[in-house]
Amino acid sequence: MYTFSNKLRIGSFIAMGLGVIFLAIGFLSAPSTVEEAKAMVAAHDDGHGGGHAEEAMGHGEEQGHGAAASHGEEHDASHDTHLLHQLQNRPWSALYVAAFFFFMIALGVLAFYAIQRAAQAGWSPLLFRVMEGITAYLIPGGIIVFVILLLSALHMNHMFVWMDAETVAHDELLQGKSGYLNPTFFLIRAAIFLGGWIFYRQYSRKLSLAQDESDDNSNFVKNFRWSAGFLVFYLITESMMSWDWIMSLDPHWFSTLFGWYVFASMFVSGITVIAMVTVYLKSKGYLEQVNDSHIHDLAKFMFGISIFWTYLWFSQFMLIWYADIPEEVTYYIARFQDYKLPFFGMLVMNFVFPLLVLMNSDYKRVNWFVILTGIVVLFGHYLDIFNMVMPATVGDQWYIGFPEIGGILFFGGLFVYWVFTALTKAPLQPKRNPFIEESRHFHY
Amino acid sequence: MASKVIQALYNDDDVLMHAVKKVRAEHHHIEEVYTPFPVHGLDKAMGLADTRIAITSFLYGCLGLTVAVVMMNYIMIEDWPQDIGGKPSFSYMENLPAFVPIMFELTVFFAAHLMVITFYLRSRMWPFKKAENPDKRTTDDHFLMELGVHDNEQELADLLWETGAVEVKVTEKES
Repeated sequence: MYTFSNKLRIGSFIAMGLGVIFLAIGFLSAPSTVEEAKAMVAAHDDGHGGGHAEEAMGHGEEQGHGAAASHGEEHDASHDTHLLHQLQNRPWSALYVAAFFFFMIALGVLAFYAIQRAAQAGWSPLLFRVMEGITAYLIPGGIIVFVILLLSALHMNHMFVWMDAETVAHDELLQGKSGYLNPTFFLIRAAIFLGGWIFYRQYSRKLSLAQDESDDNSNFVKNFRWSAGFLVFYLITESMMSWDWIMSLDPHWFSTLFGWYVFASMFVSGITVIAMVTVYLKSKGYLEQVNDSHIHDLAKFMFGISIFWTYLWFSQFMLIWYADIPEEVTYYIARFQDYKLPFFGMLVMNFVFPLLVLMNSDYKRVNWFVILTGIVVLFGHYLDIFNMVMPATVGDQWYIGFPEIGGILFFGGLFVYWVFTALTKAPLQPKRNPFIEESRHFHY
Repeated sequence: MASKVIQALYNDDDVLMHAVKKVRAEHHHIEEVYTPFPVHGLDKAMGLADTRIAITSFLYGCLGLTVAVVMMNYIMIEDWPQDIGGKPSFSYMENLPAFVPIMFELTVFFAAHLMVITFYLRSRMWPFKKAENPDKRTTDDHFLMELGVHDNEQELADLLWETGAVEVKVTEKES
């Protein structure tokens, strides 16, 4: 049995505490009136020089204000309100990005776990308890994301413009989509997705623990069937979730492979976290049976899925770049103009770095190498979510400051606390999994 | 120059593996093993050095990437600039996304083909090469282990019979 080390527990509490403080600073320093917002931007522009006119154009198009604002004064006024909303959105978006990022790690691990179960993989049963520990975060993480979505639907922020009846009234495209994109149906869908995922996680965990005590393989077989069924459910709901929770932030824009793209991001982050938790537990003397070949396999997955992610990123980008259709290309123009560093930095962190570092077979077996790459990949995929959310919600008013770091600290602390608490609840090695012998002798 | 070798035939890969380990434990040098299919772990059992094919593969990939960049730059930018898809910038960097698939394909193409060619050459299999196979049965269902004989013919034969060989013979080999 694993015992949660005090150092780690205290560390996670400190991170959560600091995170709350930083987030509070973020929320308190957001402007509440148009004048405050303008003053903030003016002060900011003095320091950094403005790219403001471009931004106004990009956003006029994106949010459908462009056509309506033919009168100069009206446009100025609506632009100022828009700026205020962007600045008010910033702490919310920072909260949302971090909440979603850590939630998606748990969800990615759940998908990986279900694949291992459905494929009846022989190498991985030794890691099942680690995966089950990480997926435990699905419950608090999912509830928090749901609450943020609920508060958005209650107009606590302006992240989802299509939730605003006033905007929809002036926007024919959004009116056409309102049968699907309306707050009630949106929340019902979110509840179904989360309900299904959490149900599978809890039930599979129960069967997994029951298998340890049973004297036949019926729980194992049941788990196999439920996992195969879950994967079908997951592939559909994950795709819809990505449209709902992320793509609808830019409600005029669409990409048909967005679901896969988000999936690749969560899959590689999830596998990375499995590898990091495993290496950590091994370094503390647990999981003695896990050998270098297991770590090697996880690192191969990190390498492979990183390239898969890049493939999808590029597939999405190249078609839109080549076709150059205005309604599609605004998405990338906003990112190229205002998000150069995070946008291209993410490519280096998520593609070039793991490609070069993890290419060599021997390096994949070096534990500290896997941890180092894992940290870079995780930050890269945080930036990926950042780049998906922020341009739509805060425009060029982004900055990695108190609310962003606070979000990472708070949810990171909560994640560590929850995952490692869940790890203490059951023996780290499954006893009666029929493949446990094969996993123990796994050798590449 | 002809050298004297002793050849032992086996009809099971497990038996062969044990035989290889045993012969090596007795400090005899195994010249070569002929098998009808790749036997997992045989290279380690024979004490062969690790393959360096991965390093050549990386270098060939780099070469392919370079060829693609230079080639596309020459064709599309320098030699015959074209306005495709309303992107008449005539600059490599600004048209980079269009070239990425070609860069990728040529990287893979060079790495794969040159790696195979390297592997053949390293295995001494060049065009018009005469087959080295000492016994045709090794292309079907038999495994053959070959050891050099240095005035210890009887000792080796006894050892090989002991390891479960189905046939042991001594021949002269041209090299």
